[in-house]
Amino acid sequence: MTVDTLGRFERALEGLEVGFERVAAAEASERIETIVEHPAVGASLPFEGASLPDGVTTEPTTAEIEAARTGVTPVAFAIAEYGTVAVESTADGVEPISLYPDRHVAVVAESGVVPNLSAGFSRLADGFEAGRDSVVFATGRSATADMGDLVHGVHGPGNVDVIVLEDR
Amino acid sequence: MAQRTRTEQADRIRHLLETEGPAIHAHASASNARRKETYGGTDDLESLRTDARAIKEDAIDRLPDLIETVREAVEENGGTVYVADDAADANAYVADVVEGNGPADEAAEPSVVKSKSMTTEEIDLNDALEAEGIDVTETDLGEWVLQVADDTPSHIVGPAMHISRPEIADLFNERFDPDDPFETAEELTRFARDHLGEIITDADVGITGANFVVADSGTIALVTNEGNARKCAVTPDTHVAVAGIEKLIPTLSDLEPFVDIIAKSATGQPISQYVTMLSPPTDSPTLDFDAPDEPITAGGEGVADGTEAADGTGDADRDFHLVLLDNGRTDMREDDQLRETLYCIRCGACSNSCANFQSVGGHGFGGETYSGGIATGWEAGVHGQESAAEFNDLCTGCTNCVDACPVKIDIPWINTVVRDRVNRSAEAESYDFLVDGLTPDVEEGGMDLGKRFFGNIGTVAKTASATAPVSNWLADAGPVRAVLERTLGIDRRRDLPSFQRKSLVDWFEKRGGEAVSKKRAVGSSKRTAQADARDGGADVDREAVLYPDVYTNYVDVDRGKAAVRTLEALGVPVRVPDLPESGRAALSQGMIATADRQASRLYAALAEDLDAGRDVVVIEPSDLAAMHREYERLLPEDSYERLRDGSYEICEYVYGLLENGADPDALSTGDGSQPVAYHSHCQQRTLDLEAPTVAVLESCGYEPETSNAECCGMAGSFGYKQEYYELSMDVGERLAGQVEDAETVVASGTSCGDQLETLLERDVPHPVELLAPGGHRS
Ligand code: SF4
Repeated sequence: MTVDTLGRFERALEGLEVGFERVAAAEASERIETIVEHPAVGASLPFEGASLPDGVTTEPTTAEIEAARTGVTPVAFAIAEYGTVAVESTADGVEPISLYPDRHVAVVAESGVVPNLSAGFSRLADGFEAGRDSVVFATGRSATADMGDLVHGVHGPGNVDVIVLEDR
Repeated sequence: MAQRTRTEQADRIRHLLETEGPAIHAHASASNARRKETYGGTDDLESLRTDARAIKEDAIDRLPDLIETVREAVEENGGTVYVADDAADANAYVADVVEGNGPADEAAEPSVVKSKSMTTEEIDLNDALEAEGIDVTETDLGEWVLQVADDTPSHIVGPAMHISRPEIADLFNERFDPDDPFETAEELTRFARDHLGEIITDADVGITGANFVVADSGTIALVTNEGNARKCAVTPDTHVAVAGIEKLIPTLSDLEPFVDIIAKSATGQPISQYVTMLSPPTDSPTLDFDAPDEPITAGGEGVADGTEAADGTGDADRDFHLVLLDNGRTDMREDDQLRETLYCIRCGACSNSCANFQSVGGHGFGGETYSGGIATGWEAGVHGQESAAEFNDLCTGCTNCVDACPVKIDIPWINTVVRDRVNRSAEAESYDFLVDGLTPDVEEGGMDLGKRFFGNIGTVAKTASATAPVSNWLADAGPVRAVLERTLGIDRRRDLPSFQRKSLVDWFEKRGGEAVSKKRAVGSSKRTAQADARDGGADVDREAVLYPDVYTNYVDVDRGKAAVRTLEALGVPVRVPDLPESGRAALSQGMIATADRQASRLYAALAEDLDAGRDVVVIEPSDLAAMHREYERLLPEDSYERLRDGSYEICEYVYGLLENGADPDALSTGDGSQPVAYHSHCQQRTLDLEAPTVAVLESCGYEPETSNAECCGMAGSFGYKQEYYELSMDVGERLAGQVEDAETVVASGTSCGDQLETLLERDVPHPVELLAPGGHRS
């Protein structure tokens, strides 16, 4: 079941031209380092054993967010069916960090990948109950066709990578 | 009424066809094709649509309660709710909020960044704020292009759909005078991103709309692809969301079907890039670009330590206002006919699926703010009937949008209702006497003469048939055409139907009526039975009443004869009684009272046949559609269901006979792979009746290829009217282009056949004429 869900997630992300990596928590830092473009800002990862690489600035200033090329954030959960990640509005700035830089690296626990939108809404409802009631379902890259052709990265990130942390 | 004259309207449409049509068609038809594909690939589509509709019905029903619920929820979160009665009220409130949150320097202009919102277009918020000295910038790229061009939206989802890339490049090169002129979409988009990015970071207030508002948590949902709504909502420390009261839904779980379906219906994407669900004020720290070196988390007290994250009061620096707009919506809720409009989620699928919209776009098919099929309901509700009257006639009632709408709104019915109301508001005209004798309708005087004429086409046809061929000769004479054009608006370029002296009903009677039909049918079944006895096939034991619609009865009598012969050949005895009109013609003109009376008469005339278990077989799809769709609104429920369950489209009926053992060899069959181009009919497709005709053609040895153009463009009387003639041809050409290479072209609808015959300059029979024993026109 989980294997299927992850496979589905991977295929959905592929269709959206979003990077997908599956790593052990202990290796997260190393792998993230290979993906980020500097300067990079981030919000610390709440997953046991996982941490951000040293070069990623947490608690950034506004200027640092503006200058950053990559934002690394944890996401609450992900929906395999559509390749969606759920970005929460937290006090440490996950929302702007995931939105302003051109590249967003989203980190999610393997147990946080749910099969479909209904399961996603159950997770959403749990979060709302606990007071985490501002969430963005982000799917793929920011896009517009308003200028006559499809172009990515208008106001939001033009590149997205998802890192799934393997359950131990 | 200060409405355009016919000639003015014709000029305007011609202008739009030339200037905006090509860009609109390219985008809208592509979105529509993607929607169809995505709908087709969604297993639970019907249950999603049913759920979405049920939630909306319930929410509108409980609207006053939901307003109180959301007020409590937003206030508990630390925000404010303001219910505005009308545009002026809403604008004044927003202006106050902006001025109260302006720059510290009193002399500086307060600045606002906005993400796309039709509701703020409805109240002309930008103009109102600018009049107060507030600087407003749209951040959705399409909206921004319009702002730079000083233009108005032409589509509720793709507001700048009518402007092509080279036009945008020219506009931007002129306005911003870049070192290297912009050319590609990529260059234009980069420039927009940088330019708007700076404006967003400097703004005092962010204004968004809301696609949905969850009452019990105070959550607003914003559905976008660009990310600008997120930036507008979370970057400045003050956020104002403006939403119509109809956007309220009760709980978070009610949001799910909408999140699942809105992008599918709007653009054909499985889901939008960003579905932002904010319960503001949010915990996200505000970004102070004037203090670039402060850590963002240091802004709000008690926030950096994260303790506020879970108690729902958000970042202390943040301020949030939800402005709920009434502006006529409470009255719409009380209006049994317009209420459905409030279920609309503004996805634009009805626009994309509409052939006329694809040709002229929202500047032609739209009112002060809203465009497309549902715009009639919105404009009548929020701006008044005159705004809806301007474009209401562009809806031909083809029902393409009925299958597209994610909340199953009967959009054509709303258009019919508003047309009826517009008819009734007109003043009596001096020409009324001209049509009075020909029009046994129950409408009051004063309505458009052309409408009254077409709405009573049955009587016109009867008279014309009785006086044929003189009437035909007269109608073709130059001076008569000029009078018809001047008084009734019938375009002189359109061929008029040629009325037959001997109607189908007369022919059938002369031939010996049902007694002869029975003999012929029994003869065929005997032959079939002998064959069946050899291979054990089944027997068909039915009787049919063939409905002689106005056109079949008086104009295309041949297709009626073909239907009779086909049914008899398959062993079914036929009756062709003289039956009342279905009311279809009256409905098309918005004459509901007349249609209502005709529906009752037709039902009364058919009741005995239905009781006797006879099947009602209908050739003209639009008449069948009246019985299967609109009669639900016109007849008592039992009568409606009885007629609906007992009536069939001719090829659907033949399909049923063949499925039940009738022998296709009794018909004119092809050689197994004879190519035929088949154009179904808009309303027939909505009734899912394209497939049976295709199946019948296949089992009779043809290889049908179906057209996928939206419509033939003529849709009955529409294409006869002077102001719409060119639009009708523009739409028709797209269909003609698809079928022109085929040797044989067949079409089920009267108007489709007429239109194709004009465009292809050859015969386009009904499929049943191809199938009838002896073949086409034998
Ligand atoms: S009426 Fe239906 S199809 Fe048209 S915009 Fe509204 S929801 Fe979409």
